[in-house]
Amino acid sequence: MRGADYVVKRTAFALVTIFVAVSINFVLFRLAPGSAVSNLSRVPHATQELRQALKRQFGLDKSRGRQYLIYLEQLTRGNLGVSFENEQPVSTNLKTAILNTLPMVALGTLFAIVVGTLTGVIAAWRRGTPIEGATVTTALGFYSMPTHWLGLMLVILFTGILPTGGMTNDFLINPSFWTHARDVLSHMVLPSLTLGLVLFGEYTLIVRSAMLETLGEDYILTARAKGLRPWAIIRKHALRNAMLPIVTLVALSLGYIVAGAILIETVFSWPGVGRAVYDAVLNRDYPMLQGAFLFLTISVVFFNLVADLLYYKLDPRIT
Amino acid sequence: MSVVLHEPGAVADPEPVPSRGGILWNTIRRRPSAAVGAVVLSLVVIAAVLAPWIAPYGLHDQVGPVFGPPSWSHPLGLDDGGIDMVTLLVWGARISLVVGFAATLVSMIIGGAIGVLAGYFGGKTDSILMRITDYFLVIPDVPLMIVVAAIWGPSLFHIVIVIGILLWTSTARVIRAQVKSVRERVYVKRARSLGAGHARIVFRHVLPQVAPLLIANTVLTIAVAIFDETALSFLGLGDPSRVSLGKVIENAFQRAAISSGAWWAIVPPGALVAVVILSCSLIGGALEDALNPRLRVAHVSARTFRLRPLVGRSDSSL
Repeated sequence: MRGADYVVKRTAFALVTIFVAVSINFVLFRLAPGSAVSNLSRVPHATQELRQALKRQFGLDKSRGRQYLIYLEQLTRGNLGVSFENEQPVSTNLKTAILNTLPMVALGTLFAIVVGTLTGVIAAWRRGTPIEGATVTTALGFYSMPTHWLGLMLVILFTGILPTGGMTNDFLINPSFWTHARDVLSHMVLPSLTLGLVLFGEYTLIVRSAMLETLGEDYILTARAKGLRPWAIIRKHALRNAMLPIVTLVALSLGYIVAGAILIETVFSWPGVGRAVYDAVLNRDYPMLQGAFLFLTISVVFFNLVADLLYYKLDPRIT
Repeated sequence: MSVVLHEPGAVADPEPVPSRGGILWNTIRRRPSAAVGAVVLSLVVIAAVLAPWIAPYGLHDQVGPVFGPPSWSHPLGLDDGGIDMVTLLVWGARISLVVGFAATLVSMIIGGAIGVLAGYFGGKTDSILMRITDYFLVIPDVPLMIVVAAIWGPSLFHIVIVIGILLWTSTARVIRAQVKSVRERVYVKRARSLGAGHARIVFRHVLPQVAPLLIANTVLTIAVAIFDETALSFLGLGDPSRVSLGKVIENAFQRAAISSGAWWAIVPPGALVAVVILSCSLIGGALEDALNPRLRVAHVSARTFRLRPLVGRSDSSL
């Protein structure tokens, strides 16, 4: 029953972390000095009715402690207040943004995992050769570049070849589904590639060191002595065991992905959550910033939990 | 194929236990790239320190046309205000490094203190402190930095504090693990039985043992801090009155350097940040490699079946 124990423990940890994040969010925004930050009802140009409604919903005239409870209660209903910028509910704005961000980030991360694992394995297998040197140097190079700057470099390189801003071509009127899909995909290439390249560097280094550790084990020597072909050794014996640290470290890079998404969406004007954070900072749209921060934190915690459970599936020995 | 197998655990080239200088020398010999990183980083630091004397022009002086291209008098061209790019880079590196070092200092003090306390006292202190660290480790740094910086308002001091108070988690964990192992060593137990107090044991016996690892961690943290400063500046949260490398990139981006074809306004500052971060990673990685006994395991290279020589014997044999 240790397995169930582990799952319960990790899930509980994730839930407590989300609770901590929610509380940090409350403390940061509501207890901050200056009513522009802490007053959710201070929507510029809003009607008196809207302001009164917000004041009532969030109990802004009550004590801090009471406000905290009301905030938690509204949160469970998905009420995050109203954006200062367009007077839409924050949750509505976020939903659109999330749907735009997910495919872009997923494509970039997938690219990084596939290419990074491949180059990492090659680098470890060819230890001490120029191939390893070249791979590690390239990976370190991409790892060191500021994400937004790498994006700008791609803009310089690909201007005129690929679209460098936005998500769709506004001059397409009533496009068919396929034209639209191709249009969005072509806009997605550069942002995804930027994220992919930055993560590729990190993943290559992680996979390489995990593989090196595994290749030093006795069972690899045994496999080799049995006369197994190198590819079989890598696939069946080395990579499987190297997967454990790789899963953990990919999980740890989630924060990095989130940071990358904010910077990349700013560079490429991609209308996602990252861009929403940037716009919120620019316009001092605090409810929106609060909502986006909460979403980003919760999604990182969630995917961390997924990684933990995956880890358990890969290695049932751990508790 | 002739395969020469060594005895399991045999050391190809037994070396004496290295002194501290020996560790340094071994690191340089095994990782020449780390030495290159150290030289490059030193050059950047020297240039940044000497900024007021070596900057060719004034930081606010318009010395040519807007986005003037590279020329003999301005090797990297001019920015959107007609300011010399070399001057901007030298001064920008100065501010970026100040932020990097100061934020790292803050995070070292917090992370070092938490790591030492948790590792040294163990038990309840340890589990509470590590629980807090775990929560901070999961919550993504950059969005939290953005939120705090946006609420506090942009200033150099705020940026340093914001980055510093969010970067200490990995330090705390590394230091805790090391302190835990040092605490169990015989000489620490002897010192305790001779009546040494906690403070004396920590400062005289534990910290000197942990210091090298703390330094390796510091170098890596500086890289992250400089990256974070660049990111915050790019999002418009940098100190508007100070020119950092992140600010230079942001400025060029906002003033449409790319669509003006002025690549010289945007390529060099980012490249300089990348070089600084790369140097820090190389130095920190090599130091960690040399200091962390766990990494000093002989690997059988799967291709050649030769044992990788150990750098030195692991501390556990002492």
